[in-house]
Amino acid sequence: MALSCVVIGASHAAAELVSTLRREGWDGEITVFGEEFYLPYHRPPLSKTFLLQNQTPEDILIRNSDLYDRLSVNFRLGRQVSKIDRAKKQIILGDGVKVGYDKLAICTGSRVRKLDVNGGEVRGIHYLRTVDDVKSIQASIKTRGKAIIIGGGYIGLEMAASLKKIGMEVTLLELSSRLLERVAASELAEFFARVHGEEGIEIKCNKSVSSFESTDGRVKAVACSDGSVYDADFVVVGVGILPNIELAEDAGLRIHNGIVVDQYSRTSDPDIVAAGDCTNHPNELLDCRLRLESVPNAVEQAKSAAASICGKKRAYASIPWFWSDQYDLKLQMVGINRGYDEIVLRGDYKSNRSFVLFYLRQGQLIAADCVNRPKEFMVVKQILSKRLRVDISLLSDESISPREFIVG
Amino acid sequence: MPTIKYILRDGSEHEVNVETGSSVMQGALDHMIEGIEAECGGFCSCATCHCYVDEPWLEKLSEPSDAEKEMLEFTFDPMPNSRLSCQITVTDELDGLIVRLPEEQS
Ligand SMILES: Cc1cc2nc3c(=O)[nH]c(=O)nc-3n(C[C@H](O)[C@H](O)[C@H](O)COP(=O)(O)OP(=O)(O)OC[C@H]3O[C@@H](n4cnc5c(N)ncnc54)[C@H](O)[C@@H]3O)c2cc1C
Ligand code: FES
Repeated sequence: MALSCVVIGASHAAAELVSTLRREGWDGEITVFGEEFYLPYHRPPLSKTFLLQNQTPEDILIRNSDLYDRLSVNFRLGRQVSKIDRAKKQIILGDGVKVGYDKLAICTGSRVRKLDVNGGEVRGIHYLRTVDDVKSIQASIKTRGKAIIIGGGYIGLEMAASLKKIGMEVTLLELSSRLLERVAASELAEFFARVHGEEGIEIKCNKSVSSFESTDGRVKAVACSDGSVYDADFVVVGVGILPNIELAEDAGLRIHNGIVVDQYSRTSDPDIVAAGDCTNHPNELLDCRLRLESVPNAVEQAKSAAASICGKKRAYASIPWFWSDQYDLKLQMVGINRGYDEIVLRGDYKSNRSFVLFYLRQGQLIAADCVNRPKEFMVVKQILSKRLRVDISLLSDESISPREFIVG
Repeated sequence: MPTIKYILRDGSEHEVNVETGSSVMQGALDHMIEGIEAECGGFCSCATCHCYVDEPWLEKLSEPSDAEKEMLEFTFDPMPNSRLSCQITVTDELDGLIVRLPEEQS
């Protein structure tokens, strides 16, 4: 009898995983259970084109539905998996239905962290992770209204840029003393604060939101613990995400800041793999473990998970990278700047919109943030992936091509 | 639906129908054509969807953005007819388009 593979989560990782499974020769059944009602779609446009240009979920699919038909991949959408029974090798759906598996892939991604303050249960307070979130945002947006964004991470900043484009008056409240506290160096944060200021966004740091005020069940203001109050027609909260690890945890799989997997995306159960935002994985190139929240991570890790299901070994060892588009800016970050002891600047981040921050640790290039500098991004990605030698003294020299950073 | 021909490094040819409004990159992924990675999923951010456009078609395409041009310059083996396939939107006018895939995506 043909083997069956069950995938939990109709996610970015799942889309990549199921097509790679067929390519690797898996000829058994493939069934994907997804809580959302859509085939896997791209999330990056949600805060941008999907919101602004009235795109439909079909416009942003990761693979079209014809392909899944041709590959005989069965999607069961709007179905939540509530338990994994490893002893019986079956999953249990929310309605109690049991489905057996030979191989299981956990691609449950992550969910938004909710803000736990008084008055948060009224209309007009939004989060952003799914197509349905955007649909409710669109229904609630008023051009020329006052928007309050809570959280100065990438999602908050991208939303600020988009709401401004729609014509709203936008104020962004951040808990810490600067933007991007969790994910970027202070130089980059300073740059984004300047640009958003220039674009007309009001940014307020050191603001701890303490409650929402409402009339007739609809938000009308956001109050902070320092006593300040901001009028609001509309609120978007972007205060981080939480990996969806509970299913795996309840099933007794190893968890440590994510579902623990090896470089082949295998969990502590030989018949279960995991990929995407929900995993904690080793990175050979960087010699550390990581939990990443990015598209390239979901894509590349899913390929290695699919190979493992087919009994093949394809290590996931890519240099992490990420991008964010805001206004006329394309930020491309590559490497992990953890533990850097020196920054080399190429260009000018204080008055321009095009520069690179190179991060060094003990004289070694470990990461770069490139703003409107695609060439430098491409070169640094190659340097880090192939462990090429670099002449550090040339990094800041604008008169030479980035190509020449590489020694030999 | 316009037809697009992808020619792989090994010389094999794949002629497939791709919906208008979709991209040349998406057409390859939706037909399991190997040789396009598309790490970013089509947002002009990764340059792992590099292709070579057969000359007669080149002028039918809209101009590449600065970001695309700059990334192309640093792909594996760039040529004057290099493009990022995610930035080529499929239109009826492109029916019959021929693209070749590179030896390696950077
Ligand atoms: C607005 C926005 C902008 C972004 N921009 C960028 C960007 O510019 N660049 C970048 O690299 N990344 C970006 N990201 C992040 C990127 O989208 C994620 O890292 C990526 O989607 C992770 O994919 P995944 O496969 O891990 O899971 P996800 O895409 O999170 O999907 C997980 C799916 O699993 C489902 N699920 C969970 N539990 C269950 C269950 N028990 N039963 C059934 N189904 C379940 C969920 O409903 C969900 O549909 C952005 C994200 C958002 C929200
Ligand atoms: S798919 Fe990433 S640039 Fe084309």
